[in-house]
Amino acid sequence: MDPQYIKPFIASIQNVFSTMMQLPVTVNQPKIKDNPGTSYDVSGIIGLSGDVVGSIVLSFPRQTAERVVSLFTGSQMTADSPDFADAIGELVNMVSGGAKANFTGKKVSISCPSVVVGPGHKVAKQTDAPTIVIPCATDCGELAIEVTIQTADAGIKAKAA
Amino acid sequence: MKILLIDDSKTMRNIQKSVLAQLGHTTVEEACDGQDALSKVGAYKPDLILVDWNMPNMDGLTFVKTFRQTNKTTPMIMVTTEAEKARVIEAIKAGVNNYVVKPFTPDLLSQRINETLAKCQSAQAA
Repeated sequence: MDPQYIKPFIASIQNVFSTMMQLPVTVNQPKIKDNPGTSYDVSGIIGLSGDVVGSIVLSFPRQTAERVVSLFTGSQMTADSPDFADAIGELVNMVSGGAKANFTGKKVSISCPSVVVGPGHKVAKQTDAPTIVIPCATDCGELAIEVTIQTADAGIKAKAA
Repeated sequence: MKILLIDDSKTMRNIQKSVLAQLGHTTVEEACDGQDALSKVGAYKPDLILVDWNMPNMDGLTFVKTFRQTNKTTPMIMVTTEAEKARVIEAIKAGVNNYVVKPFTPDLLSQRINETLAKCQSAQAA
Protein backbone atom coordinates (compact mmCIF):
# COMPACT_ATOMS: atom_id res chain seq x y z
CA MET A 1 0.00 0.00 0.00
CA ASP A 2 1.25 3.45 -0.90
CA PRO A 3 2.50 5.24 2.27
CA GLN A 4 0.69 8.38 1.06
CA TYR A 5 -2.50 6.66 2.26
CA ILE A 6 -1.14 5.91 5.75
CA LYS A 7 0.33 9.26 6.76
CA PRO A 8 -3.05 11.09 6.60
CA PHE A 9 -4.49 8.69 9.21
CA ILE A 10 -1.62 9.37 11.58
CA ALA A 11 -2.07 13.13 11.26
CA SER A 12 -5.84 12.84 11.50
CA ILE A 13 -6.03 10.75 14.69
CA GLN A 14 -3.57 13.07 16.40
CA ASN A 15 -5.63 16.08 15.31
CA VAL A 16 -8.99 14.57 16.33
CA PHE A 17 -7.84 13.37 19.75
CA SER A 18 -5.96 16.57 20.60
CA THR A 19 -8.73 18.90 19.38
CA MET A 20 -11.72 17.09 20.88
CA MET A 21 -10.15 15.59 24.02
CA GLN A 22 -6.77 17.31 24.53
CA LEU A 23 -5.39 13.77 24.41
CA PRO A 24 -1.97 13.36 22.76
CA VAL A 25 -1.52 10.25 20.59
CA THR A 26 1.85 8.56 20.14
CA VAL A 27 1.99 6.58 16.91
CA ASN A 28 4.18 3.49 16.72
CA GLN A 29 5.53 1.74 13.64
CA PRO A 30 2.74 0.70 11.24
CA LYS A 31 2.80 -2.97 10.25
CA ILE A 32 1.02 -5.36 7.91
CA LYS A 33 -1.67 -7.30 9.74
CA ASP A 34 -1.20 -11.05 9.73
CA ASN A 35 -4.46 -12.31 11.28
CA PRO A 36 -8.11 -11.78 10.32
CA GLY A 37 -9.44 -10.59 13.71
CA THR A 38 -9.51 -6.95 14.78
CA SER A 39 -6.79 -5.78 17.14
CA TYR A 40 -9.12 -5.19 20.11
CA ASP A 41 -12.68 -5.54 21.52
CA VAL A 42 -14.42 -2.37 20.27
CA SER A 43 -14.34 -1.36 16.60
CA GLY A 44 -15.65 1.69 14.79
CA ILE A 45 -15.82 0.91 11.07
CA ILE A 46 -16.08 3.22 8.05
CA GLY A 47 -16.19 2.24 4.38
CA LEU A 48 -14.51 4.28 1.64
CA SER A 49 -15.74 4.48 -1.94
CA GLY A 50 -14.84 6.47 -5.04
CA ASP A 51 -11.26 6.79 -6.29
CA VAL A 52 -10.05 4.94 -3.17
CA VAL A 53 -11.98 1.94 -1.82
CA GLY A 54 -11.77 -0.09 1.36
CA SER A 55 -12.37 0.22 5.07
CA ILE A 56 -11.03 1.94 8.15
CA VAL A 57 -11.33 0.35 11.60
CA LEU A 58 -10.61 2.22 14.80
CA SER A 59 -10.08 -0.57 17.32
CA PHE A 60 -9.86 -0.22 21.12
CA PRO A 61 -9.57 -2.49 24.15
CA ARG A 62 -12.88 -2.09 25.98
CA GLN A 63 -11.39 -0.19 28.92
CA THR A 64 -9.53 2.24 26.65
CA ALA A 65 -12.67 2.83 24.62
CA GLU A 66 -14.66 3.59 27.76
CA ARG A 67 -12.04 6.08 28.95
CA VAL A 68 -11.78 7.77 25.55
CA VAL A 69 -15.56 8.02 25.14
CA SER A 70 -15.93 9.44 28.65
CA LEU A 71 -13.39 12.14 27.78
CA PHE A 72 -15.02 12.80 24.41
CA THR A 73 -18.56 13.12 25.71
CA GLY A 74 -17.71 14.70 29.06
CA SER A 75 -19.64 12.06 31.00
CA GLN A 76 -18.71 8.65 32.41
CA MET A 77 -19.76 5.98 29.96
CA THR A 78 -19.34 2.21 29.72
CA ALA A 79 -19.63 0.03 26.62
CA ASP A 80 -23.15 -0.87 27.76
CA SER A 81 -24.30 2.77 27.71
CA PRO A 82 -26.81 3.51 24.93
CA ASP A 83 -24.71 6.36 23.51
CA PHE A 84 -21.35 4.55 23.62
CA ALA A 85 -21.51 3.25 20.04
CA ASP A 86 -22.58 6.64 18.74
CA ALA A 87 -19.48 8.26 20.24
CA ILE A 88 -17.13 5.59 18.85
CA GLY A 89 -18.80 5.99 15.45
CA GLU A 90 -18.28 9.74 15.50
CA LEU A 91 -14.60 9.32 16.38
CA VAL A 92 -13.92 6.97 13.44
CA ASN A 93 -15.97 9.31 11.25
CA MET A 94 -13.78 12.29 12.16
CA VAL A 95 -10.52 10.33 11.81
CA SER A 96 -11.54 8.98 8.38
CA GLY A 97 -12.93 12.30 7.16
CA GLY A 98 -9.78 14.15 8.16
CA ALA A 99 -7.56 11.57 6.49
CA LYS A 100 -9.40 11.42 3.20
CA ALA A 101 -9.13 15.18 2.84
CA ASN A 102 -5.41 14.59 2.38
CA PHE A 103 -5.74 12.01 -0.38
CA THR A 104 -4.47 14.49 -2.93
CA GLY A 105 -6.38 14.51 -6.20
CA LYS A 106 -8.73 11.69 -5.17
CA LYS A 107 -12.50 11.99 -4.85
CA VAL A 108 -13.53 9.75 -1.97
CA SER A 109 -16.79 9.28 -0.06
CA ILE A 110 -17.11 7.78 3.40
CA SER A 111 -19.98 5.66 4.67
CA CYS A 112 -21.91 6.21 7.87
CA PRO A 113 -20.03 4.43 10.67
CA SER A 114 -20.81 1.02 12.17
CA VAL A 115 -19.67 -0.08 15.61
CA VAL A 116 -19.01 -3.61 16.88
CA VAL A 117 -18.46 -4.38 20.58
CA GLY A 118 -17.18 -7.79 21.70
CA PRO A 119 -13.89 -9.67 21.87
CA GLY A 120 -12.66 -11.74 18.94
CA HIS A 121 -14.80 -10.19 16.22
CA LYS A 122 -13.66 -9.99 12.59
CA VAL A 123 -14.34 -7.33 9.97
CA ALA A 124 -14.71 -8.90 6.53
CA LYS A 125 -12.57 -7.21 3.88
CA GLN A 126 -14.08 -6.06 0.60
CA THR A 127 -10.74 -5.88 -1.18
CA ASP A 128 -7.60 -7.98 -1.65
CA ALA A 129 -5.52 -5.14 -0.30
CA PRO A 130 -3.40 -5.85 2.79
CA THR A 131 -4.46 -4.35 6.09
CA ILE A 132 -2.02 -1.94 7.67
CA VAL A 133 -2.25 -1.61 11.44
CA ILE A 134 -1.19 1.71 12.93
CA PRO A 135 -0.61 1.11 16.67
CA CYS A 136 -1.32 4.15 18.85
CA ALA A 137 -0.72 4.90 22.53
CA THR A 138 -2.53 7.46 24.68
CA ASP A 139 -2.88 8.19 28.40
CA CYS A 140 -6.21 6.31 28.15
CA GLY A 141 -4.48 3.19 26.81
CA GLU A 142 -3.54 1.64 23.49
CA LEU A 143 -5.65 1.56 20.35
CA ALA A 144 -5.10 0.89 16.66
CA ILE A 145 -6.19 2.15 13.26
CA GLU A 146 -6.57 -0.64 10.72
CA VAL A 147 -6.43 0.63 7.16
CA THR A 148 -7.45 -1.65 4.27
CA ILE A 149 -7.57 0.49 1.16
CA GLN A 150 -6.52 0.58 -2.46
CA THR A 151 -7.20 2.78 -5.43
CA ALA A 152 -10.34 1.83 -7.36
CA ASP A 153 -8.15 1.15 -10.43
CA ALA A 154 -6.03 -1.35 -8.51
CA GLY A 155 -9.16 -3.11 -7.26
CA ILE A 156 -10.52 -3.52 -10.78
CA LYS A 157 -7.17 -4.85 -12.05
CA ALA A 158 -6.96 -7.33 -9.16
CA LYS A 159 -10.46 -8.67 -9.88
CA ALA A 160 -9.71 -9.01 -13.62
CA ALA A 161 -6.45 -10.90 -12.99
CA MET B 1 -33.11 32.65 19.09
CA LYS B 2 -34.30 29.26 17.81
CA ILE B 3 -31.69 26.88 16.49
CA LEU B 4 -32.15 23.65 14.53
CA LEU B 5 -29.32 21.19 15.04
CA ILE B 6 -29.12 18.41 12.42
CA ASP B 7 -26.65 15.57 13.02
CA ASP B 8 -27.09 11.81 13.11
CA SER B 9 -24.68 11.57 16.04
CA LYS B 10 -26.27 12.32 19.41
CA THR B 11 -22.75 12.82 20.77
CA MET B 12 -22.08 15.61 18.29
CA ARG B 13 -25.47 17.18 18.91
CA ASN B 14 -24.70 17.24 22.64
CA ILE B 15 -21.26 18.77 22.06
CA GLN B 16 -22.74 21.46 19.80
CA LYS B 17 -25.60 22.09 22.23
CA SER B 18 -23.06 22.68 24.97
CA VAL B 19 -21.26 25.28 22.83
CA LEU B 20 -24.58 26.92 21.98
CA ALA B 21 -25.50 27.03 25.68
CA GLN B 22 -22.20 28.77 26.43
CA LEU B 23 -23.21 31.39 23.86
CA GLY B 24 -26.58 31.78 25.57
CA HIS B 25 -28.59 29.83 23.00
CA THR B 26 -30.71 27.22 24.76
CA THR B 27 -33.74 27.01 22.47
CA VAL B 28 -32.56 24.13 20.32
CA GLU B 29 -34.53 21.60 18.28
CA GLU B 30 -32.71 18.46 17.18
CA ALA B 31 -33.03 16.41 14.00
CA CYS B 32 -31.18 13.16 13.26
CA ASP B 33 -31.03 13.50 9.44
CA GLY B 34 -32.19 15.65 6.54
CA GLN B 35 -35.62 14.03 6.33
CA ASP B 36 -36.25 14.52 10.02
CA ALA B 37 -35.12 18.14 9.68
CA LEU B 38 -37.45 18.80 6.74
CA SER B 39 -40.36 17.46 8.77
CA LYS B 40 -39.56 19.87 11.62
CA VAL B 41 -38.25 23.01 9.97
CA GLY B 42 -41.58 24.36 8.73
CA ALA B 43 -43.27 24.40 12.11
CA TYR B 44 -40.16 25.28 14.13
CA LYS B 45 -39.03 28.21 11.95
CA PRO B 46 -35.42 28.33 13.19
CA ASP B 47 -33.26 31.46 13.20
CA LEU B 48 -30.11 29.40 12.61
CA ILE B 49 -29.47 25.90 11.30
CA LEU B 50 -26.37 23.77 11.97
CA VAL B 51 -26.27 20.82 9.61
CA ASP B 52 -23.97 17.79 9.24
CA TRP B 53 -23.19 16.43 5.76
CA ASN B 54 -22.98 12.62 6.00
CA MET B 55 -26.21 11.27 7.46
CA PRO B 56 -28.51 8.34 6.68
CA ASN B 57 -31.86 8.77 4.85
CA MET B 58 -31.13 12.29 3.61
CA ASP B 59 -27.68 13.86 3.72
CA GLY B 60 -27.03 17.44 4.71
CA LEU B 61 -26.29 18.69 1.23
CA THR B 62 -29.64 17.42 -0.06
CA PHE B 63 -31.36 19.03 2.92
CA VAL B 64 -29.67 22.36 2.20
CA LYS B 65 -30.64 22.28 -1.48
CA THR B 66 -34.23 21.32 -0.66
CA PHE B 67 -34.61 23.89 2.11
CA ARG B 68 -33.12 26.70 0.00
CA GLN B 69 -35.80 26.17 -2.66
CA THR B 70 -38.28 27.84 -0.32
CA ASN B 71 -36.09 29.69 2.18
CA LYS B 72 -33.23 31.88 1.02
CA THR B 73 -32.49 33.75 4.23
CA THR B 74 -32.23 31.52 7.31
CA PRO B 75 -28.51 31.27 8.16
CA MET B 76 -27.06 27.78 7.79
CA ILE B 77 -23.68 26.44 8.89
CA MET B 78 -22.41 23.09 7.62
CA VAL B 79 -20.58 21.24 10.44
CA THR B 80 -18.91 18.19 8.93
CA THR B 81 -15.87 15.97 8.55
CA GLU B 82 -15.86 16.77 4.81
CA ALA B 83 -12.76 18.95 4.64
CA GLU B 84 -11.85 19.01 0.94
CA LYS B 85 -11.98 22.41 -0.75
CA ALA B 86 -14.27 21.05 -3.48
CA ARG B 87 -16.79 19.96 -0.82
CA VAL B 88 -16.72 23.37 0.86
CA ILE B 89 -17.40 25.04 -2.50
CA GLU B 90 -20.21 22.55 -3.21
CA ALA B 91 -21.86 23.35 0.13
CA ILE B 92 -21.53 27.11 -0.30
CA LYS B 93 -23.03 26.84 -3.81
CA ALA B 94 -25.92 24.83 -2.35
CA GLY B 95 -26.66 27.65 0.06
CA VAL B 96 -24.81 27.33 3.35
CA ASN B 97 -23.51 30.58 4.82
CA ASN B 98 -20.53 29.16 6.66
CA TYR B 99 -18.58 25.94 7.13
CA VAL B 100 -16.96 24.22 10.13
CA VAL B 101 -14.77 21.14 9.75
CA LYS B 102 -14.87 18.49 12.49
CA PRO B 103 -12.96 18.18 14.73
CA PHE B 104 -13.51 21.71 16.02
CA THR B 105 -12.76 23.54 19.23
CA PRO B 106 -15.63 25.20 21.09
CA ASP B 107 -13.97 28.55 20.33
CA LEU B 108 -13.97 27.93 16.59
CA LEU B 109 -17.62 26.87 16.50
CA SER B 110 -18.57 29.89 18.63
CA GLN B 111 -16.66 32.20 16.32
CA ARG B 112 -18.32 30.79 13.18
CA ILE B 113 -21.79 31.03 14.73
CA ASN B 114 -21.25 34.63 15.79
CA GLU B 115 -19.79 35.72 12.44
CA THR B 116 -22.54 33.96 10.50
CA LEU B 117 -25.30 35.58 12.54
CA ALA B 118 -23.64 39.01 12.27
CA LYS B 119 -23.15 38.68 8.50
CA CYS B 120 -26.70 37.50 7.87
CA GLN B 121 -28.23 40.19 10.11
CA SER B 122 -26.32 42.96 8.37
CA ALA B 123 -27.27 41.54 4.95
CA GLN B 124 -30.94 41.50 5.94
CA ALA B 125 -30.74 45.04 7.32
CA ALA B 126 -29.19 46.37 4.09
